[in-house]
Amino acid sequence: MPIPQGFTPSASQTQFEARRTAFTTPPNPLAMVSESEVRDALTERHSAATQAKLDAAHVAIAGLGGLGSTIAVALTRIGVGHLHLVDFDRVDMTNLNRQQYFLKDVGEYKTEALRANLAQINPFVEVAIDTTKVSDENVSELFANDDIICEAFDVPENKTLLVNAVLEQLPGKKLVSASGMAGFRSSNLVETRRVSSNFYFCGDGVTAPKPGAGLMAPRVGIVACHEANMITRLILGEQEA
Amino acid sequence: MIVNGTQEEVATPISVADLIATKGFDANRVAVELNGAIVPRTQRAQTTLKGTDTLEIVTFVQGG
Repeated sequence: MPIPQGFTPSASQTQFEARRTAFTTPPNPLAMVSESEVRDALTERHSAATQAKLDAAHVAIAGLGGLGSTIAVALTRIGVGHLHLVDFDRVDMTNLNRQQYFLKDVGEYKTEALRANLAQINPFVEVAIDTTKVSDENVSELFANDDIICEAFDVPENKTLLVNAVLEQLPGKKLVSASGMAGFRSSNLVETRRVSSNFYFCGDGVTAPKPGAGLMAPRVGIVACHEANMITRLILGEQEA
Repeated sequence: MIVNGTQEEVATPISVADLIATKGFDANRVAVELNGAIVPRTQRAQTTLKGTDTLEIVTFVQGG
């Protein structure tokens, strides 16, 4: 999504450089933790049997905004073994009201910034990235190796394209989608629905952003975690919404 | 015809494309499943509905 017209970046050159320096010199997670320590901690929380299923899962997240970045953080925290992050866009200042990026990430590709941030949680999750636009032409190849595809786009036409293309071309894949999450209407309007055998839909279904009630971290986060929990249920063998 | 879980009186036969338009939806913002299977976007005009069909029309708005 382009930077909203009403926002003009006003950072100084020094501030831009400070962001870039912070982005290019992150702490090295591999110097701070071993794979066995991470595994022991996750097993303590989840049990070995549950963690083995999470370890083996391959999940694609298409769109790394307020939905996708939050879903990726949740799935990384529980140790989902293989994540595939897809987005063409860069982080801008107006994303920080709801998306899982930091000041150092402004101006960077979302795929690269999110992968780096996830590594600070668990560097042993395998994170593949594709900095590209999803189209009817590339969808079947792009998601060929993923078991579950999560639609997390912002623009309705992009949501529509991905959902239709996956259902048409990849009917055997699990698809978790979302729409309707703007503003601060009741949390209790948000639900997860199983539309058909492999297609799940999260959100209130209707609420688009408007002046004074735009996309905000709390309610977008609720829908993101509806998606993340449905993905978790699928990984762990639950099929119902 | 059952549309999104609710029994509706829809004059049939009608194509999926015409039903989308009749309901006021933007064709570029919907996915339609007929009896549990996707109606491909290229087949909406040729896919004719009957009174016993079950339809799911999923609509998308801005936000993510």
